[in-house]
This record gives sequence, C-alpha cells and structure tokens, in this order.
Amino acid sequence: MRRDQLGSAVVRFAGDSGDGMQFAGSQFTQSTALSGNDLATFPDFPAEIRAPAGTTFGVSAFQINFGDDTIQTPGDACDMVVVMNPAALKVELPELLPGGLVVVDTGTFTERNLHKAHYESSPLEDGTLDAYRVIKLDISAMTLEAVKSMDLGKKESLRCKNMWALGFVYWMYARDRQPTLDWLNEKFVKKPELAEANITALNAGHAFGETAEMPHDIHGFSIGKADIEPGQYRTVTGAEALSWGLVCGANLIGLQMTFCSYPITPATPILHILSNLMEYDVLTFQAEDEIAAICSAIGASYAGSLGVTSSSGPGIALKTEAMGLAISAELPLLIINSQRAGPSTGLPTKTEQSDLYQAVYGRNADSPLVVISARSPADCFDVAIEAIQLSTKYMTPVILMTDGYIGNAAEPWRIPDMDTYEKKPVQFSTDPEGFKPFLRDEKTLARPWAIPGTPGLEHRIGGLEKDYDTGHISYDPANHQRMTDMRAAKINGIANDIPPQGVEEGGTQGKLAVVGWGSTYGAINRAVSTVRGDGLDVAHIHLRHIWPMAANLGELLAGFDQVLVPELNTGQLVTLIRDKFLIDAVSLSKVSGQPFKISEIEAAIRERLESQT
Amino acid sequence: MNIVTPVNELTPKDFATDQEVRWCPGCGDYAILKAMQRTLADIGAKRENTVFVSGIGCAARFPYYMATYGFHTIHGRAPAFGTGIKLANPDLDVWVVTGDGDALSIGGNHLLHVLRRNVNLQVLLFNNEIYGLTKGQYSPASRAGTRSPSTPWGSIENPVSAAALALGAGGRFVARSVDTMQKHLGEMFKRAHDHNGTSFVEIFQNCIVFNNDIFADFTAKDIADEAQIILEHGQPLIFGKERTRGLRVRPGFFELEAVTIGEDGVEEKDILVHDETNRALAGMLALMEPPTMPVALGVLYCYPTPSYEDGVKDHFDEAKAHNPGGDINKLLRRGHTWTVTG
Ligand code: SF4
Repeated sequence: MRRDQLGSAVVRFAGDSGDGMQFAGSQFTQSTALSGNDLATFPDFPAEIRAPAGTTFGVSAFQINFGDDTIQTPGDACDMVVVMNPAALKVELPELLPGGLVVVDTGTFTERNLHKAHYESSPLEDGTLDAYRVIKLDISAMTLEAVKSMDLGKKESLRCKNMWALGFVYWMYARDRQPTLDWLNEKFVKKPELAEANITALNAGHAFGETAEMPHDIHGFSIGKADIEPGQYRTVTGAEALSWGLVCGANLIGLQMTFCSYPITPATPILHILSNLMEYDVLTFQAEDEIAAICSAIGASYAGSLGVTSSSGPGIALKTEAMGLAISAELPLLIINSQRAGPSTGLPTKTEQSDLYQAVYGRNADSPLVVISARSPADCFDVAIEAIQLSTKYMTPVILMTDGYIGNAAEPWRIPDMDTYEKKPVQFSTDPEGFKPFLRDEKTLARPWAIPGTPGLEHRIGGLEKDYDTGHISYDPANHQRMTDMRAAKINGIANDIPPQGVEEGGTQGKLAVVGWGSTYGAINRAVSTVRGDGLDVAHIHLRHIWPMAANLGELLAGFDQVLVPELNTGQLVTLIRDKFLIDAVSLSKVSGQPFKISEIEAAIRERLESQT
Repeated sequence: MNIVTPVNELTPKDFATDQEVRWCPGCGDYAILKAMQRTLADIGAKRENTVFVSGIGCAARFPYYMATYGFHTIHGRAPAFGTGIKLANPDLDVWVVTGDGDALSIGGNHLLHVLRRNVNLQVLLFNNEIYGLTKGQYSPASRAGTRSPSTPWGSIENPVSAAALALGAGGRFVARSVDTMQKHLGEMFKRAHDHNGTSFVEIFQNCIVFNNDIFADFTAKDIADEAQIILEHGQPLIFGKERTRGLRVRPGFFELEAVTIGEDGVEEKDILVHDETNRALAGMLALMEPPTMPVALGVLYCYPTPSYEDGVKDHFDEAKAHNPGGDINKLLRRGHTWTVTG
C-alpha cells in the first residue's frame, strides 16, 4: 500500500464533550511518542461542564502536532480534523488548512444535529467542504455493527465510536495499537465487556482503513523518527510537571510541603494531582477561600513547612494583602498563578499572559518579591524547583507564572534522575546566642528562619514595621526607610544569583531580538528559526526571571537594533523592559484567548525588519 | 492527695515580654493578659511550644506581650494562619487571639471554617462590642441603637451572638467569661487548652475608652449575682445572691425560663441540671440576655470529636503504609513511559 512520507502533521480530534475525544487524543499521543516522533499537544475543552449534546459550545477537541524534527507548538493549522458531529465540523473547519483532510462521522448528520449546529443545509452536500478532501464514514453505524454481538445497548455501544475513529487514524499514520489495547484492558479491568467492546471498535476502525477503497487522492502517511536524546521518556502536562517539580523541590530541601488552595479554573489540576501524593510528604488543604489558602500557606511556612498556594488571576488578587505580610515578615512562600483570560471572570478556560503587572506591581506599598515563569509543560518542573530554592534561600514569597495553556498542554519529557540533583536541606536557626529575628545574612540579606518549637528563639513577628537590629516593632522613620531599602535590595540582589540571560536562537547581537516569556516560547522559537533560515538577523531571547531580571539583560538587549516583545496581553513585559532599560521595545499583542500562531510572529518579525530597511 | 511535681518552674512573669504594653490604661485586655500568663505557668506550658496568633485590632497586640512565639497577622485571618501552623506542626499549642470586629466581621468566614473543621487550637474572642483601634465605630456585636462615629443616628443592625454563631458553625467547645473574673477566666483557658479540637472562648472585655461599661448590665458588682449564671457540668442551673434563682424548661414550651425556687410552686428538683454535652441546651443558654434572663458564663458546650489534624495524620499514615519509602524517582516514572535508545 502506498503511504505518503510527511515531515510533520497536525491532527485534531473533535466531537461532543461526551464523545471521548480527550481519551482518543491522549492515546494517539502515547502511540505517536512510542513511534519515535517529537510532539506537542493541546486539549481544548469547552467552558461548560456538561454543555447540551450537539451544540457548538459543547465541542471538545484535542490537537497534536508530531514530526521527525523538533516540535515546539501544537501547530498553527491542522492537516487533518476528525469530526464526530456537525457542531464539531462547524467549530473546527476554520482550523483546517485548505486542501486538508476531514474525517466525518456522517451518522450524526441528522436534521436535528444540523439544526443544533446552526447549519441550514448539510455541509456534506452544499459545497461547504469543496476546498477540502473529505472522508465520509458512518462511524456510528460501523461502530454499532462492530460491537453488536456484545449485547451492550445502543448508548453504550456508541460510546466506542471514539475508539473506532482512533483505530482508523492509527491506520492512516501507521501507529501501533498495542499501547491503547493495554490501556483499555487496564482501564476496564473491572468491566471486561467494555474493554472488549472498545478493543473491537478500535480494531474495526483499523481494519476498515486496511481494506476499504479510499478515494484516489487519499493515502496513508508515514512520518520518520525524530532525532531524540536517548533516555527514559513520558508525556507530561504542565500541571503534572509543576506538581512533581514542587514535590521534588521540597524533597531536595528536606521539607514537608503544605499546599493550600481553593478551586479555580485552570489552576485546580495541580490541587488534584498533589492531593494524591501524601506519601511524598505533601499535605494538601482545600481552604474556605483564596485568602485562607494563602494565609494557611504562610502559617505553614512560619511553622517550618514549605507553604505553597496556587490560583488564577482573580484568586491571586484576593491573596494580595497576605502577600504583603509574607514580604514584611520575610517568610518563604510559593504562589502559583495559572493565568487565564480576564479581566474579572473573563474567559476562564482560555489562556492569556495578562497577570504580569499584577505579579510584579500588584500590591499596596513598596512590596518587592520574586516573579519567575514557565515556558512549557516540561519546563514547569525545573521552574518549580528553582522557585522553591529562591524562596527558602532568600526568605521571600515567589510568584510562579504559568497559564491555562501550559497547564493542559502535554509534551514528551525526558525523565530526570533525581539522585543526580543536589540535596540542600534547609537550615533552621537553633542557636539562641545573639539571635535576632531580623538580623540579615550579609550576603543574601535574608533573615534567619526560626520556627516555633525551637527553645530559646521565642520571638514575635508580624506586619508592623520591625526594627532593623532587634526585630521589635518600630515606628522610627529612618528605620522604615532602611527596612524598605533592604527589602528591595534583597530582591534585587537575586539578579546576581540567577543564571545570566541567554539567547535561545541566534547571536548575542543583531538587527532584531524577539523577547518573550512564558508559554509563547514554542511559537516564537519556531518563528525565529524559520526567518533565520531565510537569512534574517534575528534572535530569540526568552525570560524565565521576570523579577528581578537577569543582571546582564539590559546589556544584552542593547546589542540589538530593535526589540520585539510578543505577549498574550496588551503589552506588559514590553512596558517593564522599556521602563527598566529605556529602550524602544515594540509590542506584539494578542488577547483572543488563543496562543500565538507561528505565522503571526513570523509576519511581525518580517514587518519590523522591512520597516527598518 | 496527689503531690504533683511541677513539670517546669516557669512563673507568670516568665511569660511576659519586655515590650511596653500599649493598651489604654484601664483596658480589660490587661486582665486577660494577666490571666493568660498565670494560666500558662499553672499548666506548665513550654514557651517554645506555644504560639499566639492574632489578626488586627486592639486585642491583636496580645502576642507582643507573651514571651512565646507570636505572629501578628492581617485583619480577620488569624484562624487561617493558625490552621496552617497546626498543619505544619500539630505539636504546637496555638492560641488565636481575636476581637469582635476581627472575628465576626472581616474574618467571619474563617471563624466559621476553623470551628467546622475542628482544628486543634484555641480561639479567644475579646468581645468589647466596638472597634477600638480605629476609634470607636460600631461592630457586628454592637447592640442595635449603638451611637458611634459611623452611626450618629444609632446602629440599625442586629448584633451577632458570638457563642451562638460558634455553636452553629459546629464548634465542639464553647465557653464564656469576663475580663475581670480572673479565676474563672483562667479556668476557661485551662479547659480550652485541654480540649482536643477547636475551643472557642468568648471573653466580655471592657473597652474603657469607646464602650465603657457596656457589659455593666450583667457584670456590675451589685447586680452580677442576679444577672449572670455560672455554668458547671452536672450541677443545677442555679444563680442569684441567695442561690434561689434557677433555670427550668417553661412547661409546655421549648424554651428556658428563670424562676425562683420556692415561688409559684417551683421546687429545686424542677431546676435543670447543666449538661455541657447537650447542644440544644447550649444553644438556649447562649442566647439568654438580661433583663429577663441571666447571661450564661462558663463552658456552654463541650463534646470532643477527633480533630482535623487527627484526620490528616490518619490519611498520612494510610498513604505511607500504601507506598512506603516515597521514592520520588518512582513517582516521576508512574504510568506510561518509553525509552529512546541512542
Ligand atoms: S481602645 Fe478600648 S479596647 Fe482598645 S486598648 Fe483602648 S480601652 Fe482597650
């Protein structure tokens, strides 16, 4: 049989919330990883928990980009979409490249479903799909046929549709079915009849591909193996990598973690994951509100645990006052912000990077803290470990910025060997000799961490200003000036402790630097390598450390004629950079709730360079 | 008689700090501080194991005057900080000090939840029915009609009953005392300390500057005996100078009434016996008010159940038994993995 060789492909599975598209997508991901491709995925959930069946707002989709070279993003546009009903077709068609493939379950294109998707006539007949290659399959009927001997009832039988479709897509891309067969057997270990039905459907979809007569212009595909560093791999979502990073980070400093949170989209998966890890000395606490969540985390830190709280923008806003206390009392604390589109409730399930001002500036008074950001799902792991180390070393709250996109997206991850990480257990103060609660370490300017339970170190702290020497309450004007300066100096000094800012792609000087932070990493990196391939003098610089910034950043940026800052907000990092370095950095802004497309960044780069010539 | 060897030699003075106390002269807080320093010495508390946590307000200065660990936090949130401290180290003895504005207004939510969860700490609510630190505005505990800088026409709000609220929130230990009743106050502190779970003690505290004598209707020397009843578990609910007044269930009604023994055919056997494990009785006692009823002081309710930390510990033990060792390399390799060879 003929298979067309591809470098990479973007496939999107879309159907009703109840159609099991996320399962199909994640199984396809596993199998694709096993066949040696690099990949990136993005699940796209509806905002409603149980939207009415067949509606456009109930469409749930899963996108995967995979190929024989480095894959950085889930892909700008799709080469193929699998749609399980008219609503999915309606929603997903704009994502498909002209000439792209649509696999349609025609069995769901009933009058009623067409009406629910607001189609006046059937798009399968009326020319809507003329620009695409269409594979019309009555997946519903073929699934029912395949499992009819199992005596399941129609509803249960139709639930196997996703596996039929997956089997067919496995055939198209020559994927191995075995991992999914194993997974089904494990998932339905207590209901073997369901395992059998799903397996039968999967095999039937695959067999259909092998035997059916396809239209003449449609073939299966094959994609070569990517050049991947040897090692043990798994796929991780940002929420998983972040949770595990917290566990490992706490383990490396020898502390129990007390994770205090209140449910909020899209931060909640972290709470769920950590709640299952008690055996790793993780204590999770679902507080009564966002304020109680941060306050209990601070209480835990005060008592010698690693206090962590996690939320999204609106919840972070509520925590603000307590952050001020942690800054004033100089206690370690980790605050995770899984950003979402706002203001207010905004678009809770859509992504944005619009809480940067909030993180850096969003508190009353002069209240500096550390802000650090993750660029990708796997990066969350390392960032969490670093955030914990900074927080405990400098006795300061650290805000860790991630977003809804990173949290839900998945990528392959080379699993680190934790035995190779350096263990640095926290040293609490124990010596009463000369102990003063706010006497600073000369180098880090951090105060000692003296925890209740330690004889001879009894002391009182709080949000009132403290005397520089004794740590007692002080209303002295000169002392307040000194303490304010010290708090700022402590945070600014961290700039000399973090690694110097590097360049991801390109040289340390040139015509244009594209400076990003957070989840725009993949799109920027791809765009920059493409234009560099065309000979353009462009570099990609990506910030992990938002506050303080790396000590060399100003000098680095000064080596470029122009600086372009793409952000999923109306221009926040760009303002920070302009303010701090007095350079004419230019913003590329997007706030549609969707990540940047590579092509959008590419176009902006070309436009900048052309405007200059 | 058992001779108990003192577990440590600390005196009340050893629990005082060198910080200048900044309450107004004559403030009821002084007496509460004194009772606490004495209680801690009496119970043989260890300074290093004791933590006072407070929010904002006059009462919230309390930790600065105790030579233990202390954390003066933000307005209304002390129960949440206290919860975090107990999560991190359940062995610490945590006292949350709060006021009526701090606990019942801005921090009402946290008071509700700490009681409901039954975290093993003591909440001491210094109730003076006014905002002191911000100079005299009415509080959620102020009686309707209270004139204050923010209610020149008199407050039109109904006050909350702290003890009834604590019971409603599921508190398992609810007690009351008065700043001037040194001995009784100390006893309440001891009882609260001994209780496993959240103990809630409301202390009627006189704010001499902004709400002087607001509790005089049941604390003034000449009327106190008639206007208050000291509860004792297993003892009849009797009060009055001559010990002739008592509480009984009004015949035919589900409510309490104050009666005089020997009048209208009331005999001593008609008087209710206090049962601090009876929640319904506690609820009725909490709501008694002068002039028709005496104010109930003492332990209104005490019915211990496992604390929140007990539950957390059980889960920890179970999880660790299930997966001993907690090897983090294993955690990272849970589920599906694959190996790429060079
Ligand atoms: S204002 Fe009232 S409560 Fe506050 S210290 Fe003065 S007397 Fe005491």
